[in-house]
Amino acid sequence: MTLDATERRIIEATQAGLPLSPAPYAEVAAGLGLEEREVIDRLAALQARGVVRRIGIAPNHYALGMVANGMSVWDVEDPAASELGAEVGNLDFVSHCYLRPRALPQWPYNLFAMVHGRSREEVEEKRGRIAALLGAACRQSDILYSTRILKKTGLRIGRQGKA
Amino acid sequence: MTRPLYRPDAVDRRIINDLQEGFPLSPRPFAEAAARLGLGEEELISRLGNLRRRGAITRFGPFIDAAAMGGAFCLCAMAVPRDRFDAVAEQVNAFAEVAHNYERQHSLNMWFVLATERPEQIEAAAQAIEEATGLEVLRFPKLEEFFIGFRVTA
Repeated sequence: MTLDATERRIIEATQAGLPLSPAPYAEVAAGLGLEEREVIDRLAALQARGVVRRIGIAPNHYALGMVANGMSVWDVEDPAASELGAEVGNLDFVSHCYLRPRALPQWPYNLFAMVHGRSREEVEEKRGRIAALLGAACRQSDILYSTRILKKTGLRIGRQGKA
Repeated sequence: MTRPLYRPDAVDRRIINDLQEGFPLSPRPFAEAAARLGLGEEELISRLGNLRRRGAITRFGPFIDAAAMGGAFCLCAMAVPRDRFDAVAEQVNAFAEVAHNYERQHSLNMWFVLATERPEQIEAAAQAIEEATGLEVLRFPKLEEFFIGFRVTA
């Protein structure tokens, strides 16, 4: 664990969201018995270290009309997977792209690329572009559309982490 | 958790596009962000409150990278029998380690992400979910990450 006690308290106090008030960091500081300056400086330091990726909003894709959300999965020959994965990840419509272990026999796919669109037709068209890029190195593929968000909270640190 | 479609107006769209990129770390951050957008501080605060209430944004605040803290993420999947789906979703979501959970069209119909502060907690959480549900949890830890940073254009 690379967080000191104060950093941990600041993250615990802000991870569910910043207060929507004119001086949100002062409000967080007051709740923790800290100075506003310290909360701001500590968050800046956490951001510089990469612990905080960014401070901002997470839009709900569905609510914004990006109702088609497909996890495209690909069985790519291992020697080519790393290089091709990087190319797929560079496509501007791919939101996340990872190489993961297969789980044979039920799951032969090792490359995961998330594709969002306003319709399934749009997503299928994008999937076709990934297929063309992978070419013969891809043996089989599938796409798993999401039908419901069951939970979306992000990481929570706190009691569970202290066990 | 399915929400009705919310159609943001032009100002909401600018807010969503701009604040995905980052939020100021300063004593009056809303005033600063609002100035960047040509809005008033009060208007930005009230619009963000509305967007959050309407479900157009799911979170507003710091995004924590579990890996940078020495923690870990793991994508997991389960094949949940149709007639137990909602009950299992409740069991799975009750785990604080479950950061996201999606229903997907496939025989592996439940896909969730475990996020923990220490790597060894992933395995403990996955096992606890198997015990609670009586179902196998397939683990797909990332071997390599190629891209993260996609922004939705509202």
